[in-house]
Amino acid sequence: MPKLTIDDMEIEVEAGTSVLQACERLGIEIPRFCYHDRLSVPANCRMCLVEMEKSPKPIASCAMPASEGMVIHTDSELTRNARRGVMEFLLINHPLDCPICDQGGECDLQDQAMAYGFDHSRFQENKRAVTEKYLGPLIKTFMTRCIHCTRCVRFADEIAGVPEMGATGRGEHMEIGTYIEQAITSEMSGNMIDICPVGALTSKPYQFHARPWELKRVETIDVLDAVGSNVRVDARGGEVMRVLPRLHEDVNEEWISDKTRFAYDGLKRRRLDRPYVRGADGKLKQATWSEAFAALAARLNGVPGDRIAAIAGDLVDVEAVVALKDLMAALGSPHTDCRQDGAAIGGGPRAGYLFNTSIAGIEDADAVLLVGANPRHEATLINARIRKTWLASDARAPLPVAQIGEAVDLTFRTQHLGTGPETLQAVADGAHPFFQVLKDAERPMIVVGMGALARPDGAAVLATARRLAESVGAIGDDWCGFNVLHAAAGRVGALDAGFLPGPGGRDVAGILNGAREGALDLVWLFGADELDMSAFGAPGEGPVVVYQGHHGDRGAARADIILPGAAYTEKAATYVSLEGRVQQARQAVFPPGEAREDWKILRALSEPLGHRLPYDTLAQLRARMVDLNPVFGRINTLVPVDWGAFGADGAMDAAPFVGPVANYYMTDPISRASETMARCVDEILGGQRAAAE
Amino acid sequence: MSLGAPAADDLQPASFAFTPENRARVETILQRYPADRQDSAVLPLLDLAQRQHDNWLPRAAMDHVAEILDMPKIRVYEVASFYTMLNKAPVAKHFVQICRTTPCWLCGSDEVERAVRETTGAAPGETVGDFTVVEVECLGACVNAPMVQINDDYYEDLDYHRTVQVLEALKRGETPAIGSQTGRHGSEPAGGATTLTKLRPAGTAG
Repeated sequence: MPKLTIDDMEIEVEAGTSVLQACERLGIEIPRFCYHDRLSVPANCRMCLVEMEKSPKPIASCAMPASEGMVIHTDSELTRNARRGVMEFLLINHPLDCPICDQGGECDLQDQAMAYGFDHSRFQENKRAVTEKYLGPLIKTFMTRCIHCTRCVRFADEIAGVPEMGATGRGEHMEIGTYIEQAITSEMSGNMIDICPVGALTSKPYQFHARPWELKRVETIDVLDAVGSNVRVDARGGEVMRVLPRLHEDVNEEWISDKTRFAYDGLKRRRLDRPYVRGADGKLKQATWSEAFAALAARLNGVPGDRIAAIAGDLVDVEAVVALKDLMAALGSPHTDCRQDGAAIGGGPRAGYLFNTSIAGIEDADAVLLVGANPRHEATLINARIRKTWLASDARAPLPVAQIGEAVDLTFRTQHLGTGPETLQAVADGAHPFFQVLKDAERPMIVVGMGALARPDGAAVLATARRLAESVGAIGDDWCGFNVLHAAAGRVGALDAGFLPGPGGRDVAGILNGAREGALDLVWLFGADELDMSAFGAPGEGPVVVYQGHHGDRGAARADIILPGAAYTEKAATYVSLEGRVQQARQAVFPPGEAREDWKILRALSEPLGHRLPYDTLAQLRARMVDLNPVFGRINTLVPVDWGAFGADGAMDAAPFVGPVANYYMTDPISRASETMARCVDEILGGQRAAAE
Repeated sequence: MSLGAPAADDLQPASFAFTPENRARVETILQRYPADRQDSAVLPLLDLAQRQHDNWLPRAAMDHVAEILDMPKIRVYEVASFYTMLNKAPVAKHFVQICRTTPCWLCGSDEVERAVRETTGAAPGETVGDFTVVEVECLGACVNAPMVQINDDYYEDLDYHRTVQVLEALKRGETPAIGSQTGRHGSEPAGGATTLTKLRPAGTAG
């Protein structure tokens, strides 16, 4: 534990702490560009120079380990001069285009030049200019502004695991880029924009759209995957301008996936902004709320509860799910389900559908088995955590990660054991050598994805995986290595709310069959778009389809009555992430047109239907949620879960596991409506560069 | 074009593979490095690839080296673009590098350049016929300045006429003698040796 003196203050730090970190601990700000706490330390920008007594030159504090008896001065004449000199060199080739730079106003270089630089330049010669690079549809480059800190190169290498960025050429001719022109093939590439300390890498969809000081910042939760990333939504007027990550060490650290960051333009397209009712001529017609309610009440009049069903989709919030559950109960319907894909989860103990290890807990794991799961596409930040753990493990004996299912590149070395249930069975029986790897591990993790559960034999797969977890000792007092990997943000919340078939109720497959057979008169699709809509027949035939949601996607296309709801940026709502973390989203903008928050629609509707729901305010509704399941009152905490039996014994099909995410960039109504995501599909997945640049 | 940029797509061959003889050399080179330091072989392998491929490195060759060493392609591109002795674009049969750093310049590299320009018709940075001409920084033969490097060989102690002679010989398909063009031995003093003038028989003392 070295003890050192910084600006006359003594501090004792753990061995291995850098001088910069020691300064930070004392609350002393050290300017820096290349240093980033989550990346390796190259010490190439020299901005963090400080004076160290007995050293003839200032030292780079980011790379100098604190040692016993050091005396550091961070505000001496020498330090100030060193910073000014470094800043003058950095600005030699940096253009003075802050007024037209998207980074202006939130730029590290701008701020630090103000704080630590000279007020003028002595440089008379020509500045160098660098050609722009093409990095795909998400990142816009202005490489003349680049100061060669190499944060983006290290991010691509270390965090994203796609070593595609590099520094080519040398000296005056050094350039950051991909050398061979190509789109960055990472699902996390947008984070390079955040870590770029200057305006060299900026957001392409956001370019020239807004200045940071015009934006209203709202801290909220993302729903485009089930990780529950903490995000900040920046809005101007009624429009979401961009989405940025927010620090949450236990969830997303400071990263977010590209879908989370860039799909927001889907919130402005194909929106349902007023109610629609299908008229006698078979065409959807605009209606007022009261007309829509009246039409719905007329259709429900005299219909027994047994002939009504409701399916909740993937992006639903807990408030609305609870309101819909209460409404369905009042109508007497047992046919409710939230598992659009037919996944065989829910109903049993909470441990049976959660990511029990927790996201931060991944870092303690010493063996990982992925069953029908592709975390890179289903939950990008979980994949980043596994990669982080893999990187941190000993290079000679790295974290063993094995896949059963599709052989996919997860950005770290994995072992592909097989494609389907027979391999899982072999591992579970101990016949496969990987069983011993899991058994020998102290904290093994088994991750079961929807590719293994959303199939007819899902319950048997779940039970097999549970038995495997039990037999390798993955379930203990302080470690639970059994994990379900969700891809839908609304799923865990709906399961916690018990939005499942009641006694004698039909599940999703049963509802679709019932619709085909004419056993149902009305089906309520609450944001449910990933269904086989042909089950409902053509409009006029089959049951009446009510679609409540925010996008004119597959569900709305078939609906007879459309109730326009609010998207995740437009409501105060509760979501439960895949690890069971209850988080509250806040409203950033208003829903468009006549659209309303979903629980309010249900509450308003319940009155003309004659089953008035007993809550008038969000607080009352949230109290009802806590009544239903106390978990909803435990905001941002991981409630310990009890282990129990779940899944069902049965034969497993031989068919290989196929993941639910065929196209990472388009998985839900919001991302399907997004132009940026469509461009990603063309240019990143299709490898084509857009002709119109 | 920035330094070290790859050649245009239409110049890039579709594929590259080492010949069986070179493949054997690759194995020899790889054995020089410890198992966990195989990346260090990147420079010898790039040099070998360049020698096999008409003195320049196509993208396919860099990719092939990356594959052999199991390292990300961009890491190979970084190395290849850093070193100016690795040519990223096609060069002619005779790759003439004129040294123009201070010692050569003081000893008349301007005249050498004029000779190259007039004999080959190519100014620095250009390719005409069998000659590609570039200006380079110090090649480390200052004692024998001025000099040019043509492919692997140094031609030293040049002036206008001696440069023309070398280039004309190359044009005729001859192989001019390498090294000093004034006949001095190595980098001994231009006026002949001034010390150790008598050879001492091997094994005698003193």
